Amino acid sequence: MTTVTATSTSGTDPGRHVPSAVRRRSRREGRQGLWGWAFVSPMVVVLGLFLALPVVMALWVSLLNWDGQSNPFSGAADFVGLDNYKGLFADQGLTRTLFMTSLRNNLYYVLLVVPLQTALALGLALAVNQRRLKGKGVFRTAFYFPSVTSSIAVSTVFLFLFQSSGAVNSLLKWVGIQGPNWFTDARGLVWVALGSIGLVDPDSPPAALADHGALGLSWWDWLSGPSVAMCTIILLVIWTTSGTFMLMFLAALQDIPEAQLESARLDGANRRQTLRHVILPALRPVLFLVITLGLIGTWQVFDQVYVMSQGQPANTTLTPAFLSYSLSFKDAQYGTGAAISFVLLAIILVMTGIQRFVLRERDGRGRRRTRRTAR
Amino acid sequence: MTAPTMTKPAPDTARSRSGERRRTARLVATLVMSAVALAYLMPFVLQLATSFKTDPQAAASPLGLVPDPFSLASYRQLFSGAEGVAFPTWLGNSVFIALVVTAGRVFFDSLAGYALARLRFRGRGLLTVLLISVMAVPGVILMIPKFLVVQYLGIYDTYTAMIVPLLVDAVGVFVMKQFFESVPREIEEAARVDGAGILRTYWSVVLPMARPALITLTILSFQGSWNEFTHFVVTAQSADHATLTTGLAQFVSGGLGAGTQYPLKLTAALLATVPVAIVFFVFQRHFVRGGNAGALKE
Repeated sequence: MTTVTATSTSGTDPGRHVPSAVRRRSRREGRQGLWGWAFVSPMVVVLGLFLALPVVMALWVSLLNWDGQSNPFSGAADFVGLDNYKGLFADQGLTRTLFMTSLRNNLYYVLLVVPLQTALALGLALAVNQRRLKGKGVFRTAFYFPSVTSSIAVSTVFLFLFQSSGAVNSLLKWVGIQGPNWFTDARGLVWVALGSIGLVDPDSPPAALADHGALGLSWWDWLSGPSVAMCTIILLVIWTTSGTFMLMFLAALQDIPEAQLESARLDGANRRQTLRHVILPALRPVLFLVITLGLIGTWQVFDQVYVMSQGQPANTTLTPAFLSYSLSFKDAQYGTGAAISFVLLAIILVMTGIQRFVLRERDGRGRRRTRRTAR
Repeated sequence: MTAPTMTKPAPDTARSRSGERRRTARLVATLVMSAVALAYLMPFVLQLATSFKTDPQAAASPLGLVPDPFSLASYRQLFSGAEGVAFPTWLGNSVFIALVVTAGRVFFDSLAGYALARLRFRGRGLLTVLLISVMAVPGVILMIPKFLVVQYLGIYDTYTAMIVPLLVDAVGVFVMKQFFESVPREIEEAARVDGAGILRTYWSVVLPMARPALITLTILSFQGSWNEFTHFVVTAQSADHATLTTGLAQFVSGGLGAGTQYPLKLTAALLATVPVAIVFFVFQRHFVRGGNAGALKE
């Protein structure tokens, strides 16, 4: 109580001692300024030194032909301008073929993972949110738990599950399917599917597709779809991320006013109509958010590739992130590795840019609450 | 007029029939959901079962849920640190790093978050903008850049390089800033008018109020640093500095007899999962809150 009166007396100071009050306030702000900078200085130092500065340094290194040995800032470094970027896009050679292969792999990965994880997360959220379901907490926990575990640990588990005589293939055998040799199977899913209905022979691609191509890859390779090996990573990621996104959908579902659902019910809407005309429109902002986060995350896949395949078989699980790492640390081509980082950054920025643009079109009322997953 | 009289006698039977149908529907829904939940948890169950199996048994019956014979060999092998699997070292490094990073993040994130939310100082607006743009930088992009800076500073392959860059986390700062902005100003202003300095107000008035946010931050920081992988891959390489994630990844991906030693690999992975799993089950609602309120941009 005393504190409150103290506030009110100082607050109602009628300004008789204006000069001293001003002086006092400015002194207090001066002190606040000092403390403010003291409080944020660890953040400024750490984020500046290990986030901002590295980006600038890497931008410089991406313009060098640097093998990691000398000091890249000494002036003795071999400045090559945009050659590293040209090597990725324009110059014929191994680097471009590898990079284009990694882009193809990641593109198919994104095309499968983003829709599937979004749909699965939405489905799980709608299921868990059902009023009549018992034990919601248990189900929510079960679906969310894979998301909090270490990507390295769960990748190890999936290596075990998908080995050629492993759990997944044993399950497939029960239903009469001979499972593939998951981690060594480089065949593209598109050609496997078309081959199984007899349209093409995956072992001898038609010359029209195999002999022509663009950017260092034949059309046969461009159109192959994700390889069988890539599918294990796709399944793993869908399994781990759907729980996180389910929680976002759940939060949005619980934000829908009960009155709105009630009035839909009174209007005679059945469950499907309520879902289509009340629930899904209300989920639209979260839907866009989930897709954005999905696009950002899927272009960064690295850990799973590192553990499960190291880019193999036949480079069909190679991703730009992993290529950037292996070119730098295994082949000492840091300039190219850094250049790939920035191309990846550009891809992600473009993706989120498109996403934001669409979001603005559809949701112009300014409810732009963006949430991020815990990493 | 006829319609009401037609339906009038019906309700009794109709209601009981629809009630029955509803009960069946609920049962079916619960069963389906249970099956899906089981599928979600099955990898962990198989992992646990396999950790108690012998190598031949793991290969022969990958789906077997009951280890027979029940073997603790892989646990013993891990803790004796044999065969190039320096598990005790990995564990020690992971525990040490996670504890230091968690403490650092909780302390520095809340300090910075408070300053950005409450203290008036020059450059605050600019710092906030920079913070938000830093948050938008995707983590994987930073791998090569981080290596460059660590190499340049001459701290490559040291604990300093592994720990210091993780001590402040942009998302954590932002979460704390949002939290401090959401609590009423009056209490701390009163404390300040009573003569408490800024540091004292922060320490004995503001921080105790922030307990729920601090708990969430602690848990997310622990989980994040325990599971961290890419940062350690590019800042250290020697076996002495291997953590559970980098050590395990190297062990599993390196061609150390591919296809074999699965009980050992899965046990190591299991032990790497257990601490986060315990924290998760104890503090689940904080995970849920953190996952949802992670960051609110703009």
